[in-house]
Amino acid sequence: MASTAVANSKLHQSLALYQTAIGKKYVVAVTGAILFFFTIGHMLGNLQIYLPNAQEALANYAKLLHASAELLWAVRLGLLSCFVLHVVTIAQLYNLNRAARPQGYVRKTPTLSTYASRTMYLSGPILFFFVLYHLSHLTLGSTHPRYVEMDPYHNLVIGFRQPLASLFYVIAMSMLGLHLTHGVWSMFQSMGLNHPKYRNLLRNFATISAAALSIGNISIPVCVLLGIIGKDLV
Amino acid sequence: MTLNSRIPGGPIERAWQTTKFNMKLVNPANKRKYHVIVVGTGLAGASCAASLGELGYNVTAFCFQDSPRRAHSIAAQGGINAAKNYRNDGDSIYRLFYDTLKGGDFRAREHNVYRLAEVSVNIIDQCVAQGVPFAREYGGTLANRSFGGAQVSRTFYARGQTGQQLLIGAYQALERQVASGQVKMLARTEMVDLIVIDNKARGIVTRNLITGKLEIHMADAVALATGGYGNVFYLSTNAKGSNVTAGWRAHKRGALFSNPCFTQIHPTCIPVSGEYQSKLTLMSESLRNDGRIWVPKNAGDRRSPDQIPEDDRDYYLERMYPSFGNLSPRDISSRAAKRVCDEGRGVGETGLGVYLDFRDSIQRLGENAIRERYGNLFEIYERITGENPYKVPMRIFPAVHYTMGGLWVDYHLMSTIPGLFVLGEANFSDHGANRLGASALMQGLADGYFVAPYTITNYLAETKLEKVSADHAEAKGALENATNLTNRLLSIRGKKTVTQFHRELGKIMWDYCGMARNKQGLEFAIGRIREIREEFWQNVSVPGSGSDLNQQLENAGRVADFIELGELMCLDALDRNESCGGHFREEYQTPEGEAQRDDENYAYVAAWEYKGENAAPVLNKEPLSFEYVKPAQRSYK
Amino acid sequence: MKLTLNVWRQSGPNAPGKMVRYDMPGVNEDMSFLEMLDVLNESLIVKGEEPVTFEHDCREGICGSCGFMINGKAHGGFPKTTVCQLHMRHFKDGEELFIEPWRASAFPLVKDLMVDRSAFDRIIQAGGYISVPTGSAPDGNAIPIPKSNADRAMDAAACIGCGACVASCPNASASLFTAAKVAHLNLLPQGQPEKFDRALRMVTAMNEELFGSCTNMQECEATCPKGISIENIAILNRHFVEASFSERPATAEVGAG
Repeated sequence: MASTAVANSKLHQSLALYQTAIGKKYVVAVTGAILFFFTIGHMLGNLQIYLPNAQEALANYAKLLHASAELLWAVRLGLLSCFVLHVVTIAQLYNLNRAARPQGYVRKTPTLSTYASRTMYLSGPILFFFVLYHLSHLTLGSTHPRYVEMDPYHNLVIGFRQPLASLFYVIAMSMLGLHLTHGVWSMFQSMGLNHPKYRNLLRNFATISAAALSIGNISIPVCVLLGIIGKDLV
Repeated sequence: MTLNSRIPGGPIERAWQTTKFNMKLVNPANKRKYHVIVVGTGLAGASCAASLGELGYNVTAFCFQDSPRRAHSIAAQGGINAAKNYRNDGDSIYRLFYDTLKGGDFRAREHNVYRLAEVSVNIIDQCVAQGVPFAREYGGTLANRSFGGAQVSRTFYARGQTGQQLLIGAYQALERQVASGQVKMLARTEMVDLIVIDNKARGIVTRNLITGKLEIHMADAVALATGGYGNVFYLSTNAKGSNVTAGWRAHKRGALFSNPCFTQIHPTCIPVSGEYQSKLTLMSESLRNDGRIWVPKNAGDRRSPDQIPEDDRDYYLERMYPSFGNLSPRDISSRAAKRVCDEGRGVGETGLGVYLDFRDSIQRLGENAIRERYGNLFEIYERITGENPYKVPMRIFPAVHYTMGGLWVDYHLMSTIPGLFVLGEANFSDHGANRLGASALMQGLADGYFVAPYTITNYLAETKLEKVSADHAEAKGALENATNLTNRLLSIRGKKTVTQFHRELGKIMWDYCGMARNKQGLEFAIGRIREIREEFWQNVSVPGSGSDLNQQLENAGRVADFIELGELMCLDALDRNESCGGHFREEYQTPEGEAQRDDENYAYVAAWEYKGENAAPVLNKEPLSFEYVKPAQRSYK
Repeated sequence: MKLTLNVWRQSGPNAPGKMVRYDMPGVNEDMSFLEMLDVLNESLIVKGEEPVTFEHDCREGICGSCGFMINGKAHGGFPKTTVCQLHMRHFKDGEELFIEPWRASAFPLVKDLMVDRSAFDRIIQAGGYISVPTGSAPDGNAIPIPKSNADRAMDAAACIGCGACVASCPNASASLFTAAKVAHLNLLPQGQPEKFDRALRMVTAMNEELFGSCTNMQECEATCPKGISIENIAILNRHFVEASFSERPATAEVGAG
């Protein structure tokens, strides 16, 4: 008797997980979680711009991050692979899901799904392009008008004085908020963490952390444009 | 024809054990050489097919729905009886046997009923092991309730969806066998004829409902578990697809049809609201545990129920049957409702309804307690009627619910055609003239899990079965027969739709062969049905073709069979000059208006033999003897 | 009241399909949606046209046969309601309705509003059962089950297999259906021996049937006629991943005698 279909399964054990849609969602959730924690850390670091001696504080912070090149690159590679895995897996799921319904409805009315969840395929790609721009703008400096190595305060203020650049940041960070409103909650659900008692708690955590991240990040270019930050720089 | 019921001798308590021991067995290695066909995948069919597959037989199962999980057993709400005596309230196998036999108004075979009660305990164990989520007490043990006129708590339930959960359990067992290759499942396939070779059932002809293709399937034994024929009334609580076709076509091939006039009218259904109505919805009988049934005392009282003071209300069941009150058995309660409506005291727009009122229970227990017990039923009611039963009393009226009659079977569940077994509601065997609540699920699973797998094995072991192929003349003849029928239906191209005929038939059946019958009415009905039949074959409109999915064609074949069955039901009702259980002949009642049995002349099973399209059917009788429970007038006063 | 219906008509899986407009005068508000379609069909037959094919059976919301999209919502999107239990009093006089079949690769269209949902049966075949042959069960009360577990199992087991979850899911995923069965059986002590195997096999089967993936949007829960919670999907995810990590190759040796 073929009672152990697991043995029959064509999928090799270690790959089996990834080959199923649920396994893929796990990958998306885990990489998403890592990227989420990174964005929180990143924002907290950047918020040092509101300290009285912001230029010095940010420079010291940059020095700290660059203290060990090996560690820095390890983290960078780690983040990069998370980012790539996150995007590639989603792309695969996107194709799977498109194939699952080749003919759409003449009418389709959403019910319980949130606006954020329905726009993941919009907010995601925007964030993808944002990350590319952001790296070239403030990490490599190639799209920055006056990039100065290891002076983040200068780079931020000068960079954000360009209204178009700032506008893109504001849009992208709004998208980040939207993305995470669904993404963070979804992460718990995909990893199997849902319970009637905590469902609202997890939902609220997702919404609040997404909003905080979004507002915290948006505040910087806005404050630069309003002249609240960077009065000391010409 | 002599009917051999193969009832075993010896004390009834040992009868099934002895029978099982005396049965022949099939060597495990030989089982796969036998092919068994199971038609229908409700409780009886799915459980039988799964169990036969587990034993190692080669099984092919058929259902007309898109999946075996849809069979109408799924709609049973209330529960399933078993003589577990978990409540320590004096239940026993013998008591369940006694209650079922008495509830059936002494028109069932003692030995079948005893066996049913005996295996009832195994059913619960089997279902629990399958993962059926029965209701539980806080301590983790199984919960029970009293149900449908029983004075012990022996009913097991899974919310208001017991039938669904039991069916899903059997369906899952069936799918496990499908996965292992023991059972081949053909859904969307309807049986249209039985193949009989050398006086043995050797296969069936089916129609693939998607492609329209008619096919021959040969086998060593055929089990029909095709449910009841309540849809002969057009409006019933049955599913729209429920039909008598498989059983009726087997009847035409020689299987006797028993007690067709024994139909159960369920007292608690939502009343009809209009002409377009396509089916009736049952409100679980469990509601009668806490609801009080009443109508206004005076005919023509059109005040809204909250305006009718206590003194102007007639709680007629409590008045007429003080010891059982609102929990009186189904036939009694239904008839009482009909009587008060006939007196002009019915409620609702049509005057065909009585109140089922929860006001007192809500006052006594609080709305939350009622919501906990019946919340989902109240939701169903509100969804259908748009009225809130927490505020306004429910309106209910009796509706056709179950048919006790069916193909005649012996103690082995075998029909008069050797090798043709009939299980569940499709047979006539266990409920006599009236079925008690929560007994249908019990019978379906008893037949499928614990009876038929033994008796079919015995048949295969003791019968010499010649090799036959689909090329056999009988098989080809049956196929041709089915082809001709399809062509005939499609060639009429008349003016009236199949549904119009069905409605017309249903109305005649309800008016003259429903809750109360009389000679004159039945004779009139027989005449009308013959006219309907004649007109049907000249004027029915079946659009489309036979080589395609064609729901009208499917329905036309079924309605044609219902028309013929309807006539037989009236004949049977006319022939039975007594009242018993669900069969109430107005001429035969006690001075108080209760059913008056005639044990001297009618203590038999009527088994009708088909004699041809325009020939009168012949009545055969299987006398019933009562050694263990002496017939008495059922009294619920 | 009077309604205008736009119904998807398609004579077979490979035939072209289109929306066809029908005027429906004289709709009674106590009719169910299917009874309204019955009336339409009767009028079509009388006119010599082919009636609209739709699946239906029990008409009391439990068999799971019926179901189609009404104005872009599965079963019309009313809480805990199948189309057979949806009454016309929920619609307004003069309203225009769009009626379409479930759309999913895994549910190929059969005719008009009827689709083939046998993929669900195959998912069950993969492991949606407890392997207990007839006759081998211990006493029903031998293993006490905490009431809350029995209740949660019942909540999940209430699934009627209608396919609304797949139809309303933006990705045509069968996660809710599969999860409901896994949760129902895995929450019960009787389901423990096959718990991990079941999750693995059913998820694999779901994948092979061309269903999409769950993106946690909750559309399924909203249109499920039995109100089955997506908490069950979290349970499925958890058991599946636990199973993937703890799985061992089957031992080949079988006792010979």
